Amino acid sequence: MEGAFAVLQMDRASRKHRELRKFVQGFLYLVPAIVVFVAFVFYPLANSIKLSLYQTDLFGKGQVFVGVQQYKDIFASGDFGRSLKITFLYALYTVIPGIVISLLLALMANWRLAGIRVYRMIFSSPIVVAVASASIIWAMIFSPAQGMLRYILSLFGRPPVNWLADPKWALLSVSMVAVWRGLGFNTILLLSGIQSVSEELYESAKLDGAGPWTMFWKMTLPMISPVLMFLLVVSTINALQSFGEINILTQGGPAGSTKVVVYSIYREAFFNYNFGFAAAEAMVLFLIVLILTIIQFGLMERQVFYQ
Amino acid sequence: MTTTRRVTANQHRKRAMWQKAICYVFLTLAGVVVFFPIYYAIATSFFTPAESLSYPPTLFPSKITLVSYEEALRRAPVFRFILNSFIVSASVMFGQLITASLAAYSFSFLEYKGRQVLFYIVLSTMMVPWEVTIISNYLTIKALNWTDTYLGLSVPFMASAFGIFLLRQGFMTIPRELKDAAEIDGCSDLRFFTTIVLPLSRPMMATLAVYTFLNTYNQYLWPLLVTNVDRMRTVQIGLAMLQWDESVAWNSTMAGVVMVLVPTAILMLFGHKQLVSGLTSGALKG
Repeated sequence: MEGAFAVLQMDRASRKHRELRKFVQGFLYLVPAIVVFVAFVFYPLANSIKLSLYQTDLFGKGQVFVGVQQYKDIFASGDFGRSLKITFLYALYTVIPGIVISLLLALMANWRLAGIRVYRMIFSSPIVVAVASASIIWAMIFSPAQGMLRYILSLFGRPPVNWLADPKWALLSVSMVAVWRGLGFNTILLLSGIQSVSEELYESAKLDGAGPWTMFWKMTLPMISPVLMFLLVVSTINALQSFGEINILTQGGPAGSTKVVVYSIYREAFFNYNFGFAAAEAMVLFLIVLILTIIQFGLMERQVFYQ
Repeated sequence: MTTTRRVTANQHRKRAMWQKAICYVFLTLAGVVVFFPIYYAIATSFFTPAESLSYPPTLFPSKITLVSYEEALRRAPVFRFILNSFIVSASVMFGQLITASLAAYSFSFLEYKGRQVLFYIVLSTMMVPWEVTIISNYLTIKALNWTDTYLGLSVPFMASAFGIFLLRQGFMTIPRELKDAAEIDGCSDLRFFTTIVLPLSRPMMATLAVYTFLNTYNQYLWPLLVTNVDRMRTVQIGLAMLQWDESVAWNSTMAGVVMVLVPTAILMLFGHKQLVSGLTSGALKG
């Protein structure tokens, strides 16, 4: 009796031991990734929360605990509210046009014609152009003195527009660059979505007398709606965090008309050395992005369910 | 009867031909608009300074000269920028391949308590946007004295939840029986990982490699923050240096843009199919 108890105990101990060994073994493979995540994601996240609650010195050391005061300050000044508004406007200008144009391109790239591969390649070409290159190329096209856009407008008898220096146009101009830059990725994704719709479905619809218009609205669009949803959320998240185009083309100007939230964070942190203030702004943007990300995960779950 | 049928067949063929022609017109119009900025950059890089300043703008270079390329190389160490970007992108690429494949192996082939929780913790890093971490990371790099070093440019990006997730999806398609058979044969985990799993997952690894290299090569804000000397600048920051010099015509700036573009264009030409199939299966089919 006692012996049996001892065996049972030993058994339990050895099982525990085995479980621990398995855990250590599994965990060891994760160590390299986790070290990076702790150092460059989790620690900075915690640190940013802390920074946003403290008034900091020039070296970013937390000095005086001020609680939510900095959050109150960023909203009280009005500048941040304006930046948020500009950021949402920028998202509106880039996301919807970007997806609609890409969808048109992807539908065309799905036509069954000789040499369609060449067109597919051309439609996805903007993907190789990085943000700085794209901005500089477009700065040349926008150039008020001898730019291509000025010339095209003049062909239609329109007066030149000072694209980047006119507060009315600057945000739209920067958005144009962002839309163009996103065309490649969006088109590739949408095309592969369209191609995954089975050929037989189209054939049987055709036999039933469905025209191309009906087929697009009743079949293609519903079938690619998961890809569209994915693009919508991802593009919105990206648009809310845009920085490169704005820093290169307008530096937030003219008259602050393109001062999006991330640009404002950048100025506060790295020019005014107001780390706490910048961290508070970043946390607010984080919350907005977080909500969108949760929506995205929810959508992806549903998508798995569909399949 | 037969003649009328032939006529309608002929009409049909004619209509189909017209339809095709219209399709090509639309495709070409769209192609011209989408490709124009890239074409114009290449064309301008071959212009003479006078041509690049002319109005109305020129569309075709009168002759192919490399004058603007020489000028660009005189104004900024473009090759040094490209070399820097290559070193950083390759480091991040190999770093991510190592960290992601190891972690993905743990998440797909090893069974232990807490695995699911750890997986969620890793995935949660995807939700933290860079603007939240960047201030603190900048302070960390400064404290480590890593500004103006390749370490500072690459180490923060050496692991990504996306990479781990992508490879895990790939690893899970490898049959479990292989692992069981290996265990019976007394094959250790590490050996199974290096001799069976990695070779079988080459396509997914290639996808991650191309994706990571492109992303790092195109980085803008981080290198802007952690480099201060020209010697350590990467391409995207270096380009911005070539830009706002009003005294210089556009041709040499565009020569710089084209030189920086060539490596990614080549990479895309060869890696395009890989990237598309890998990303769509990884990101969309979840």
